[in-house]
This record gives sequence, C-alpha cells and structure tokens, in this order.
Amino acid sequence: MFSDIPYNLYLALSGILFTIGAIGAITRRNAIIVFMCIELMLNAVNLAFIASGKMLSSMDGTIFVFFIMTVAAVEAAVGLAIFVMVFRLKQTINVDEINLLKG
Amino acid sequence: MADYIWLIPVFPAIGFIINGLLGGKTSKTFVAWVACLAIFLSFLVSAAIFYEFLHLPPATRIFEKDIFDWITSGEFSVPIGFRIDALSIIMCLVVTGVGLLIHVYSAGYMHDDPGFPRYFTYLNLFVFMMLLLVTGNNLLLMFVGWEGVGLCSYLLIGFWYEKDSASNAGKKAFIVNRIGDYGFLLGILLLFVSLGSHGIWTLKFSEIQPNAHLLSASVVTVITLLFFAGATGKSAQIPLYVWLPDAMEGPTPVSSLIHAATMVTAGVYMIARLNFLYSMSPDTMFAVALIGALTAMFAASIGFAQYDIKRVLAYSTISQLGFMFVAVGVGAYATGIFHLMTHAFFKGLLFLGAGSVMHAMSGELDMRNMGGLRKKIPITYGTFFIACMAIAGIPGFSGFFSKDEILWKAFSSGYMLIWLIAAITAGMTAFYMFRLLFSTFHGHCRASEEVKHHIHESPKIMTIPLMILAFLSLVGGYVGVPHILGGENRFEKFLEPVFGPARHTASAASAGNFDIISKAWAGEGAAHSSSSLELNLMILSVVIAFIGIYLAYLFYIKKPDLPKQFVEKFSGFYHTVHNKYFVDEIYFTLFVRSLLGIGRFLLRVVDERIIDGIVNGTGYLMRGIGSIIRRIETGYVQGYAFGMILGAIIVVGYLILKPIM
Repeated sequence: MFSDIPYNLYLALSGILFTIGAIGAITRRNAIIVFMCIELMLNAVNLAFIASGKMLSSMDGTIFVFFIMTVAAVEAAVGLAIFVMVFRLKQTINVDEINLLKG
Repeated sequence: MADYIWLIPVFPAIGFIINGLLGGKTSKTFVAWVACLAIFLSFLVSAAIFYEFLHLPPATRIFEKDIFDWITSGEFSVPIGFRIDALSIIMCLVVTGVGLLIHVYSAGYMHDDPGFPRYFTYLNLFVFMMLLLVTGNNLLLMFVGWEGVGLCSYLLIGFWYEKDSASNAGKKAFIVNRIGDYGFLLGILLLFVSLGSHGIWTLKFSEIQPNAHLLSASVVTVITLLFFAGATGKSAQIPLYVWLPDAMEGPTPVSSLIHAATMVTAGVYMIARLNFLYSMSPDTMFAVALIGALTAMFAASIGFAQYDIKRVLAYSTISQLGFMFVAVGVGAYATGIFHLMTHAFFKGLLFLGAGSVMHAMSGELDMRNMGGLRKKIPITYGTFFIACMAIAGIPGFSGFFSKDEILWKAFSSGYMLIWLIAAITAGMTAFYMFRLLFSTFHGHCRASEEVKHHIHESPKIMTIPLMILAFLSLVGGYVGVPHILGGENRFEKFLEPVFGPARHTASAASAGNFDIISKAWAGEGAAHSSSSLELNLMILSVVIAFIGIYLAYLFYIKKPDLPKQFVEKFSGFYHTVHNKYFVDEIYFTLFVRSLLGIGRFLLRVVDERIIDGIVNGTGYLMRGIGSIIRRIETGYVQGYAFGMILGAIIVVGYLILKPIM
C-alpha cells in the first residue's frame, strides 16, 4: 500500500505541512503555538527525508530523521524553559510584546 | 696599545652607570670618588698612548680598532670602532685632563647641592660622549657623540630645573643645537650618497680620505658648508651662538667644562678632523674664516657692556671660538687645535675662578656689586690674573703663542681683512678681560655688608684645580713656540701626520679672489714670508693688547667716572650693545614667533579642523548609517523569522528558476 502512493504526493504533503507551519510561526502571537508550528515544520522535513530515503532505497534519510527528532526534543526542553523564564520577567509569552532586542 | 684604545671612553661610561644606578643610595664621597676615578683612568690611558706616540715614528702614530659591526647592509657597514691619532690624543688629553680638574673642583663646589649624584652622573656621561666624539673612527659614531654632548649640555644647563630661566635656557640650547645638527646630518648623508655613487659605501675617516678626490668641487663645498652649519651650532658661531650666553644658567663648573673647555670646541675638532675635505673647498674655508672673525669681534663687543661675570666669560668664549675658526678657516688646523688647547686651560680656569668668586660672594654674579676682592681671596685672584694675562695675549703666557700664531697665519695666508678684524678683536679681548678683572678684584668693595662679612677663600679642593690650571695657562704655550722666537713649534710638528705640512701658503692664492681688501694689500703680499714681518706683527699685537689693558685700567681704576660719561655720551649705542644688539629679540620675532604662528595654524586648522574632522566625520557617518539601519531591528522574533523565510524563498526560487531562464 505504501508503495502505491506516488513519491510526488509525499513531497507535496511535506510542502503543505511546512507552509502551514511557516505561516503559523510568523503569524501566531502565542509563543507555545509558534513553537508547535516550528515542530510542524521539522516534521514536514522529516516526512520529505523518509520519502526520499524510501525512494532511493537508502537509510540515510532515516538517520537524518533520528537526529532531527533528537534535536527537536532538546529544543523543546530548552525552549519551554526559556518561556518559563520570560513569563516570570514579562508576565506574558505573547511574542509581539517581547521586543527587548529592539535597536 | 691599539687593542686598549677603547678603554678611554669606556671608563667614564662605567662611572656613569655606577653613579646613575647607585648614586642616590650611597654617600657623596663615594659618588665623587667614582666620577673622578673614572676620568682619571681615562686620563691615564690617554697619557700612556700619548707617551707611546712620542716613541713611534710620526707616520705610524695612528691606532685604529673596530670593536664590532654596528650597522651592516649589503656592502655598507658601520663599525663601533675607535681611532687614535695625533689629533684625537690631544683632544683626549684636554678632555680628560681639564675634565678631571673640573670634576675635582665640582666635588667641592657642588657639595651642598641635593642633586649631587645626578650632577656627577651627567658629568660622566658628558665626558663619555665627548670622548666618543673625538675617538670615533667614523662619522656616524662621531655624530652619536655629537648628539650625546648636546643632550648632556641640555641636562646640565637645566640642572636646576625648578628655576624657570634654567629650564628655558636648556631648551634653547638644545633647540638651537638641533638646527645646526640638522645641517651636520644632511652633510653626512650627502657625503655618504656622493661617495656611494662612486661605489664606495663608507663613513670611516680612513676610507673617506683616500677617496675624497672622487668628489666634485661643488659637492665638497656643499658638504663642508653643511658640516660647518653643524659647527656653528655646537661651537656657538654666528648665527647660532645665541644659546651659549644663556647656558650660563647651569652650575659654574659645567660652564667651565662644557661651555668653555670641551664641548663647544667640537666644531673646531670636526673641521680639523675633516681637514682633507675642507682643504678641497676654498669657498668654504673662506666662509669659515670670515664667520669666525666676525663672531670673534661681534661677541667681544657685546662683552664690553655686560655686568654678569659669567656672561662676559660666555661672550669671551664665543669670541675665542671665533679665533679658532679663523685658524682652521685659513688652513692652519694645527694652530686652531693649539688655541683650542690653551683656551681650554685659561677659559676653564676663568670659569672656575668665577665660580670661586661666586662662592665667596654668596652667589653674586653682578660685577657692579663686587670690587676689592683681591686681598680677600688671593688664590682666586692670582689664578684669575694669570688667566687674564693668557687670554689677553701677554708674551710668555700660553694664549700669546696660540693667538699670535693665528694672527700670523691669517696674515700670511693673505686674508688681510680677517687678520685686521682678528687683531682688533685681540685688543678688545684684553680690554674686556681686564675690565672684568679690575671691577671684580680691584677698587673698593661695593657688596652689601652682609655679603662682605661672608667673603672667604674657597676650600682646597677648589683652589688646587685652579692652581694646576693656572700653571698650565702659564706654560701650556711652550709646546708650540714658533720658529721666529727660537722654538721648534713642536705642537704643529706633532700634528703633521694628520694635517700634513703647514698648508697655509697654498691657499694664499685662492684667498685673493674673495677678499677685496687683500687686493689692495697685494703689494705687501710679496713680503709674506719674511721673518722680520712676522716679528713686527707680533710686536704690533702685543702693543694692541697692552693698549686694551691700559684703556681698561684708565676706565675702571684711574678714572672710574669715565665709563659713566661714556655711557651717557653714547647712550643709544651703549643700550644696543648692552642688550646684545637685540639679536635675541630679532630671532624671537623672526623665527620663534613665525614658527609659533605656523604651529598655531597647524593646531587650529590642520589638526583641529582637518584631522579631527576626518576622524569625527567617520564616526558621524557610521552613526547616521546606523540610525537608518537600526529600524530593521524591531525586536519582534516573528519579524526576523519572516526575513529568514523570505530570504530562503528568494534563494530557493532563484535556484529553481535559474535552469528555466
């Protein structure tokens, strides 16, 4: 069944997911939602890797996915910790209210 | 012995290091002993070499030794090397001999000064540099000594730096010297380049001399004139003499050692050392002789109207240096060095005597407040009197032989104008020196009661050097008794290996071209070499000297009112002379003020506007650009993310579309 689906459709799904993630990351105000959107983008990339690996009969794509998932997990841990600290400081995690780096 | 000649300058250098490092922590006795011993050892080595010279045939009286290479570049190398020949050894003996006496004197004179160790440190450094100057075997090493003595002169003039006048005088001396040194340095470079264009890259005297004939006459004239510019600075000749009178702000023994006996004679030594170059350029020789003669007369006339005892001596030094330049200018190098030596004795003595007078008079320098010191400080008076006789040129004293020799050489070379100026100046010298002697030591005492009460003879440590120098002033001339008086002129003969046989007659022909008056005297020229003429001239100059002394006697002892009447009658002229012909004021207006103006322009316009403008402008530009670009930095994370995505889209879009387009 898996092999019935054409490769292009995997890539199209990956592209759609990535775009949804990117638009969400840019437009949403809540930092946690932004974070979830970034996870969505990462997983879109993972899907593209897996599909490519399958098509090319190579394990390389799968290995990449393992690394990306590990990094994503680490990122989630660190990112959430940062949000906690930011919330303590600013009483909000709305990204449009956090502009300490304004030049 | 040649292997040990470097010891001469090294001893004072060791003394300098010991006193410089330990002087502040040890006793004054230790400092004085170290300093004097260093000079004494140098003197011993010099004397040993001199003794050895006397036992060598004249042609082999030259020791040269390179210690190590200092600068090497391709074919060119400058060694740290020393050269002792008849000329250097005489300079070494004068510097270390007179230097030693002045060191000993200083130990007494400076005893209560808190800067005692510093004083002796500088003094030893000075002797080291001076010996480097006279023993270096190349121009560059000579230049190091040349600059070194200038530095020491600056340090010692400004020794009492807490006094404004002293520190200003030090700066003036240094700056005026630098002007001359610039000429000297240019001369060295021009000589180096001109010889180099013939493939001879060297600065060693022993290599320049045999190759000097390669240089064209005009180049040699420029080189020697540039060197002479250096000499006018160091040896206080017109137009750069202005620093020497101000240099009297330093301690008196310093004036004696540096500004009378040794350093100021460096210019004369330099010309004598480079005699082979000077002899190639009659134009320069004439310029040297003329400047010397003019300086001699000019400075002597200023000496008439000064009341500061040290300033009279300073102008006298300038005047006597002028005599030396007359001698070397007419080609009588040995005579110039002869006068340099006798002058070191009697002028060193005069300054030390002045120091002794100051010591007695509680630091008083104005002759108007002195008088009648003859009985109170008899040793100072006696030695001072001998020195005055010597400088005035009274027969039998050292100055007579050397000064008369100069006059004769000038006359017999055909430089009539210069001879005339020098002969008149000799009379003027006798006048102002005896004016000084009479108003200081004779008549009644014009000092205040308090000062009068303190007048006392100086301690032995000061009077013994005075007596030794007096002895030398008395007999120093007998090494150069001319043939006409039955002598052998051994001094000139000793220097013959350096200067060659007396050359003054050779330049006689060329002299006539420049000297209008000499043409008028051409008829007399035929009788040049006749010995009766020499004798007559000698008698004439003695008569002139006695007239000078008699006038001084008339003015300052017999009729003390005469000077006052004279001043009233010629008040304008007197005022001009008393103020040193306003030369300092003229220089100040012409050079100092215009340089200050240029400096102010450079500061206000070039530095503050242009340079600062460029630097600040760069800053302002960056700030302007920044104020525009900072608007991109909104601080919103999503804005940055959008930028990244946009960039990624552009890059990816470009890569996708590139194959299509």
